[in-house]
Amino acid sequence: MKCRVCRESAVIDIRRHNANFCADHFLRYCRDQVERTMKEFSMATPGDRVLVAVSGGKDSLALWDILLELGYEADGLYIGLGIGDYSDVSGNYVRDFTSSFVANRESEHANSLIEIGLRDSYDYDVPTAADVTGRAPCSACGLSKRHLFDRAAHDGGYDVLMTGHNLDDEAAVLYGNVMRWQVDYLARQRPMLPAENGFPKKAKPLVRLSERETAAYCVLRGIDYQVEECPMAAGNRHLEYKHALAASEEASPGMKQAFYFGYLREAADLFEQSAVRTPDDGPGLVPCESCGSPTSGDPNGQPRCAFCRLSQRAAGADPVPVELLKTKRR
Amino acid sequence: MLVHLRNPSRQITVDGPMSVVKLLKKLDLRRESVLVIRDGTLVPGDALLPDDAEVEVRPVISGG
Ligand code: SF4
Ligand SMILES: [Zn+2]
Ligand SMILES: [Zn+2]
Repeated sequence: MKCRVCRESAVIDIRRHNANFCADHFLRYCRDQVERTMKEFSMATPGDRVLVAVSGGKDSLALWDILLELGYEADGLYIGLGIGDYSDVSGNYVRDFTSSFVANRESEHANSLIEIGLRDSYDYDVPTAADVTGRAPCSACGLSKRHLFDRAAHDGGYDVLMTGHNLDDEAAVLYGNVMRWQVDYLARQRPMLPAENGFPKKAKPLVRLSERETAAYCVLRGIDYQVEECPMAAGNRHLEYKHALAASEEASPGMKQAFYFGYLREAADLFEQSAVRTPDDGPGLVPCESCGSPTSGDPNGQPRCAFCRLSQRAAGADPVPVELLKTKRR
Repeated sequence: MLVHLRNPSRQITVDGPMSVVKLLKKLDLRRESVLVIRDGTLVPGDALLPDDAEVEVRPVISGG
């Protein structure tokens, strides 16, 4: 197996592009794909201040690294979710990455890591919130993360909030949305959403890279990341969709990319035009009485956002350990 | 050879030499769903792993 660019021996093959690369040219390929995606979808221009949501997993650390390699000014934001050992270990990967790949980099910007702990700052964690409110853990988790990312991007004056969603993530979400005809979600499934109604601009620059590629990027760059799964993820639908797509991809390489980019090219506009504007993204938003974030209000018409309702219910409740929540839910 | 598997972490031994492609077949794993890592770098599918090799087979699909 020879590198497509230099003919030295290759370390990775990318079947959907029918290409093999040596380590150096693979890293360059990843950066090129990200740069191209950022341009194509107007995600950022040099000089923009970027906030990257980092989890300690391969995708978000690869994204932060690539942005810095491309010369962007990019700070990381890590949210401690309080999911037992999993969160402790994930936080350590983020901190180690920051000290070895961010802090000592020669750069004209002082890029840094911002940390928010749900337990320290809001007196709850994901397992406890799930237990107290009866929400699925991923729903309580997603709500908390979205709110805190938006807030930090807004308060910090960043031009764009970026997340590490890759091609496999976006293809799986699209597949799920199509399977269940979630037309309002389809209308908003874009790699870039402009700033709107007090919410920051959001972008997913890794949508041209598969998760095998983001993992390979980390290995070849020497980035250690959280390989274990979140204990709350087991058996969720997202994984089920990924396995279904992996089977088709194996039979016809390139299918996933054709599915996702074909959607963006051929159908995304149609869904957006026909989408019913919900109060959540329409102009009827008011500031939350507790935190000031834009909200459509609670079911009783009070101006209180979903995050404040969740965090106020969960705050101070007896902490529920991860293991206990799992047995209760099954 | 010694093979480290993840999620959960465990180790098995497999008789070598064997190609990466064969090893993954034997473990019933899809090539697109894992990386094979040896001495901190990636091993391509056509590489032959000697009997004294120590490798990690790392899954890349995550459900978060
Ligand atoms: S799997 Fe669910 S609970 Fe775990 S980090 Fe992801 S969204 Fe949060
Ligand atoms: Zn090369
Ligand atoms: Zn609020």
